[in-house]
Amino acid sequence: MATATGIYHRTYKAELALRHTKAEFARLIIMAAALVAAPSVLDSYWLGIVNTILIAVIGAVGLNILVGFTGQISLGQGGFLAVGAFTSALLSTRAGLPVPLSLIAAVLVTAVIGAMFGLPALRLKGLYLAIATLASQEIILFVVKRWGFLTEDKGYVDVPRLNIFGWQIERETFETQWYWVLLPITILAVLAARNIFRTGLGRSFMAVRDQDIAAEAIGVNLTRAKVTAFAVSSGFAGLAGGLAAHYTEIVTWERYTLDVSVLYLAMIIVGGLGSVAGSVYGAIFMMVLPPILTDLAEALQDTAPFLSDQLPAIKNAVFGLAIIVFLLVEPRGLDRIWSRVKDYVRFWPFRY
Amino acid sequence: MLTRAYHHALNSSTIAPGEPVLDIVDIGLHFGGVTALKDVGFRVTQGHIHSVIGPNGAGKSSLLNCISGLYHPQEGSIHLHTASGAHELTAMQPHRIARLGVARSFQNIELFTHLTVLENLMLGRHVHMRHGVLASMAWFGPARRQEIEHRGLVEEVIDLLSLQPHRHKPVGALAYGVQKRVELGRALCLQPALLLLDEPMAGMNSEEKEDVARYILDVHELAGVTVILIEHDMAVVMDISDRVSVLDFGRLIADGTPDEVKTNSQVVEAYLGAEEH
Repeated sequence: MATATGIYHRTYKAELALRHTKAEFARLIIMAAALVAAPSVLDSYWLGIVNTILIAVIGAVGLNILVGFTGQISLGQGGFLAVGAFTSALLSTRAGLPVPLSLIAAVLVTAVIGAMFGLPALRLKGLYLAIATLASQEIILFVVKRWGFLTEDKGYVDVPRLNIFGWQIERETFETQWYWVLLPITILAVLAARNIFRTGLGRSFMAVRDQDIAAEAIGVNLTRAKVTAFAVSSGFAGLAGGLAAHYTEIVTWERYTLDVSVLYLAMIIVGGLGSVAGSVYGAIFMMVLPPILTDLAEALQDTAPFLSDQLPAIKNAVFGLAIIVFLLVEPRGLDRIWSRVKDYVRFWPFRY
Repeated sequence: MLTRAYHHALNSSTIAPGEPVLDIVDIGLHFGGVTALKDVGFRVTQGHIHSVIGPNGAGKSSLLNCISGLYHPQEGSIHLHTASGAHELTAMQPHRIARLGVARSFQNIELFTHLTVLENLMLGRHVHMRHGVLASMAWFGPARRQEIEHRGLVEEVIDLLSLQPHRHKPVGALAYGVQKRVELGRALCLQPALLLLDEPMAGMNSEEKEDVARYILDVHELAGVTVILIEHDMAVVMDISDRVSVLDFGRLIADGTPDEVKTNSQVVEAYLGAEEH
């Protein structure tokens, strides 16, 4: 129960709810309205960007579970996305599995492979673990490149247009229909991650991050917690990879290089390590930045033509700059900035 | 005198008072050529506050780390007696030992700094909870029921240690004395059969020390929890202990009641230095 002097609860159930105040419910309603209105407001170019954001959100949330919440640095996200993409694409095209089932298979296969590549984490920490996961990234890509039978020696897998039990995506309304497929999946994935961290499982992950010796002494099985964190995180990556495969309708290894791993790390750093909401903000920020820069360069075509000439270089520079600025100014990312804004409004006219 | 009624038993040991809970027999711990512990052995009795004292570097914390499984001594044995029989601890992993009911606090506070007091205490319930991935993701159903179920005991520990004002604060932001109390609380939430406290009063003023001594006595009187206590403040040790073991240079030099230990010539020598003859 929210009153002028604070929030008071009468039951543990009420206290454990995610939202308490009217303002929080109002924000939820506004968000829902915006999400419902999006397809009719946005043109198909921007809706396409929204769709890639929805997929990126799942991947970013997954990576944050591992890096931000469990404290296990990973440079292998690109590789795990590749595992998910190839698994779902191959199972649906060659084995003829319906797409929902091939996606579930992608989640499970990626979780198992992620848990396997997580085994070095039992011995390694910090930078050493980063290098070990870098190796997993390269090993996965090497395998995908060299196993010619995966792509029938074409170097890529063609994925047919999404067909769920006879319901086919139309060419004219491609982005809108995909939006309605991706949105519920993404919402469920984000909620699932949020739920993990209000239960004992998520607490044990965070305990490993904060103080692994104390975690062990209080009864947390370190081996199990770390391997589970890798599996859960990779499961999210597998889902994101699988969805991307069907959305882009082509799977090649070039889409899952180290650059992608670094991009996902940047998302969670900019968004906020150890925050599910932060992963969402970070994914949006990093995916919206390039098209905005492109638009800006086009708008300034006449006054500053070098902008559009050097667009790829400028994009890279702005990316790097954004990461540096966040690390310096607000290492806890967009999530922390947002909560400071909320505090400012809540306490106004007082400073604190 | 505590008048408040608590619903949950903080002590999970069913050994009868006066029976042995822990038997340490001739353990030896070496790091390369350095001998941290040599032929150390004593018995801890159910319901006792058993203090371990000794000068700096005597091996007190190493001994505690051996009991909780963070170190594995090369020689000797440590047996924990529970309702299901005796368990050998020297080769066991720490999380398995915690599952048997051995809870501890650390000399340098080792709390989960980014988590709230409540989350830290709930982690004390970790071994009593189930952690299915799918149930956790779904939240509604078993996961939420379990969170609410275990909250009852955690709230009693909060009440016992007067942590109510801090419940939802991240522990990293709390004062030193409060953090020490949270660490004690986290160990209590495990419902320990044996509580290991490594210098719970280090760095405190006399008033805070009194508070902590009171909390330890409350826990001990209320729940009958067996405590192994490492402490440097002799006044406290002699006041609240039932039995005292003295370590010096990794060896046990005395073991007895506070009065016996106080008059033991070797102990006096270790603390004050030998007189020239």
